Amino acid sequence: MSELEATARKAVEAALGAGASDAEAWVEEAVTRQIRVYEGNVESLTDAGSRGVGLRVFLDGRSGYAYGTDLTDSGVKELASRAHETAGVADPDEFSGLPDECGATPVEGLKAPELADWTTERKIELAVEIERAARSHKGVSQVEDTVYSDAEGAVAIANSRDFSASYEGTSAWAYASAFAGEGADLMTGLGVGLGRQPGDLDPKAIGDEAAQRSLSLVGARQREGGPRPVVLDAFVAASFVGFVGGMLSADAVQRGRSLFADREGEEVASPLFKLVDDGTDPEGPDSAPFDGEGSARRTNGLIDDGRLLTFLFDARTARKADRRSTGSASRGSYRTPPGVGTSNLVLAPGDADLEELFRRAGDGLYVTDVAGLHSGVNPISGTFSVGAIGRLIEGGELGRPVREMTIASDLVSMLKAVEAVGSVSRWVPFGGSVKAAPLLLREMSVSGS
Amino acid sequence: MIAPELAADLLSRALRRGGDLAELYVEERSGLGLTLDDNRVERPQSGRELGASIRVVVGDSTYFGHVDGLAEPDLQRVAESVSQAVSGDRREPQALQAAEPAEAHDIVRRPEDVDATTKAELLRACNETARGAGSEVAQVTVGYVQTRRRVQVFNSDGVSAADDRTRVRLSAQVVARRDGKPETGTETRGGHAGFELVANHPEEVAESAARKALTQLDAVDAPSGRMPVVVGNGFGGVLLHEAVGHGLEADAVQKRASVYAGRLGEQLAEPWLIAYDDGRKPGEWGSDGIDDEGTPTQQTTIIEGGKLTSYLYDLLRARKDGVASTGNGRRESFRHLPVPRMTNTYFGEGNATPEELIEGVERGLYAVSFGGGQVEPATGDFVFGVSEGYLIENGKVTSPVRGATLTGNGLEALLAIDGVAADLSIATGYCGKAGQRVEAGVGQPHVRIRALTVGGTAG
Repeated sequence: MSELEATARKAVEAALGAGASDAEAWVEEAVTRQIRVYEGNVESLTDAGSRGVGLRVFLDGRSGYAYGTDLTDSGVKELASRAHETAGVADPDEFSGLPDECGATPVEGLKAPELADWTTERKIELAVEIERAARSHKGVSQVEDTVYSDAEGAVAIANSRDFSASYEGTSAWAYASAFAGEGADLMTGLGVGLGRQPGDLDPKAIGDEAAQRSLSLVGARQREGGPRPVVLDAFVAASFVGFVGGMLSADAVQRGRSLFADREGEEVASPLFKLVDDGTDPEGPDSAPFDGEGSARRTNGLIDDGRLLTFLFDARTARKADRRSTGSASRGSYRTPPGVGTSNLVLAPGDADLEELFRRAGDGLYVTDVAGLHSGVNPISGTFSVGAIGRLIEGGELGRPVREMTIASDLVSMLKAVEAVGSVSRWVPFGGSVKAAPLLLREMSVSGS
Repeated sequence: MIAPELAADLLSRALRRGGDLAELYVEERSGLGLTLDDNRVERPQSGRELGASIRVVVGDSTYFGHVDGLAEPDLQRVAESVSQAVSGDRREPQALQAAEPAEAHDIVRRPEDVDATTKAELLRACNETARGAGSEVAQVTVGYVQTRRRVQVFNSDGVSAADDRTRVRLSAQVVARRDGKPETGTETRGGHAGFELVANHPEEVAESAARKALTQLDAVDAPSGRMPVVVGNGFGGVLLHEAVGHGLEADAVQKRASVYAGRLGEQLAEPWLIAYDDGRKPGEWGSDGIDDEGTPTQQTTIIEGGKLTSYLYDLLRARKDGVASTGNGRRESFRHLPVPRMTNTYFGEGNATPEELIEGVERGLYAVSFGGGQVEPATGDFVFGVSEGYLIENGKVTSPVRGATLTGNGLEALLAIDGVAADLSIATGYCGKAGQRVEAGVGQPHVRIRALTVGGTAG
């Protein structure tokens, strides 16, 4: 048993001692580093350690939660009494409780030993290289932010049903945001990369992407609207896919907050739209052996052949629906109790490269950024109206840049309108953790000038 | 939390290899959150965290480390590790000067002294009020949050300051349904205040959320096109926050990543327009005694006579521009570096009534509340989802609309403001920037904008 597991076990004991009928503790430890460079120099360098515990207790069908940073014996005791006190005010819920079945799925490569070999100087050099690549493009007027970050951490869980487990993991990611143009015509572009260690990141590709995305928008204007085919790039597709994933939560469904309620088994998308929630993909940023309450992670087909296969369940929602947990209890950190959420959403790639998608669109809109997605989508009805930036598609080719456009539809109509999926997919940190590809949509309502 | 002698020792260690500024930030944060959903009080959460961070600034570079807990050896290790990054000669910090106590905001009833069951009862009362508002109310969620942050700031310029911050917030979200079609309404009330703020007629919050949801059931599709827009008071101020405020934060300005860079003194609006960022407004959501660098909060006039008058500064950016910090160096917690952030940002009052502003519009949109918004500070381009909106036809507010968004540009919108009412109110927002979430008060009186682009689903 790891030291962290022992701490988790100690917290569970304390909770039982304080009168809980069941308890679960989640302990995290991490060392993170973040490097921000500007004009070739270090703007800030952060080195940080953190350790914390979250304790969930059950008491006659009521559940409570407390978290803290004090892992000493007395700290853990105080934590247990706070958790106990919060449970006292909750209303009983016959479905709440620990998972009936706990376990861990082995996942290869969560921890990259290479991270330890990288000195701070080399990481700074990598960040500087990203910035240099972005600035090397003619027309780039500014690179506002270049950030490299990595983390090495461990997670342990223990509960009063004699389950305990732990794992270690590493991650590294970087982004740059570049500007092209001047004054009120300044357009921005983001380049991103993510992996398990800095060697997974291609600094030139990240810098180039930031530059190219901003340069492609220079001279953007608001232009005429109207219904037309729309191509969403992988970043934007990921944001929408993330939104869809959120609505497949059984919790949202059971609370009447999902437009997918009562639609299991039904056709909710074009046959070309295939979506999987994969909590064990070795490359997935959110992969782990177990979920936020100790159920083994697994792969869940969500939409296949356009048909909705399943919602995502944690122990509580599964019990309520008389189903099995899909290993979908997710946690932001030890500061939040588990709740139903996606792990890694993987959109199956299609057969068309980007040029082919433009050709098939004919005259349409290529969207490279959306604004206001979270305020613009009604999570219950699925209707949305969001700001869009990108390029026109004119005669099957990339045309003039546009800004201050609005695209509107509802999610199911949009999913059904998918006419082709791009052949190249990649991991992007938008909409959660999503492996996304560009999407061609038959028609959307576009408004502009 | 930490004695001045230990703070002085840590600052001295941090400057072991030089540096222009060393700072120690200490924080104890605790909080309680309760949610009522689907007729049940659930997800009660209690948190307590203690930690500290140390930063050393050398020229334009910042070295930063933080640790959970306040164990002396841990703090010494962070000071040493941060100092390692510097390669100069030892500097001695200035002697710490005990500051005047920070401006206190009235806390009548300490939230932690109120029994948790009283808070649960408050949620149940709100639930009942909302459900009683109409037979079409289908779902109600009510949330209560209290936080307390005790902070200490010490720096090598002799600053020694402390603040004790208590906030409470009550929120309600109501879903109404007709023919299977759902609409939502939300309302919040919060401030830098004690339990008294939410205990005083809490059901008004629930009532307001329910009324919004029920009203939206009659909504028609939003129109599209350019038209005059009257923006509601309170949360309508998110427009100023997003479209102007972020562009005035000095980090964006100095990196020329703001459309407002180099425009101090420029006429950006009608000559009667005035706007503030005010971190000391009593009891408001975004108010504190000091900012997170120990600078006392202040009222900063950002637009006066329609001219841009000030940016918003933290210590670092102020030093770079040779000005004083405006008390806007804020951070989410001891785990974060301070950056220039808004506190409570709002337009000053004009002398119109909301009715007068609406009367002057033949066909337009009355945007009462936004579901949120986003802006690109570099260009000032913004987009807002309108969560509660109405058509204005022939000078009168008529049908509610659904699915409207406002897109535009901050500079253009400022210039197009042609009327301000006298009904200032400030609402409770959470603002995200650089991965940090802080409480921000957004507010304004009713404001009319001559023309904005409304994106909707109707033609």
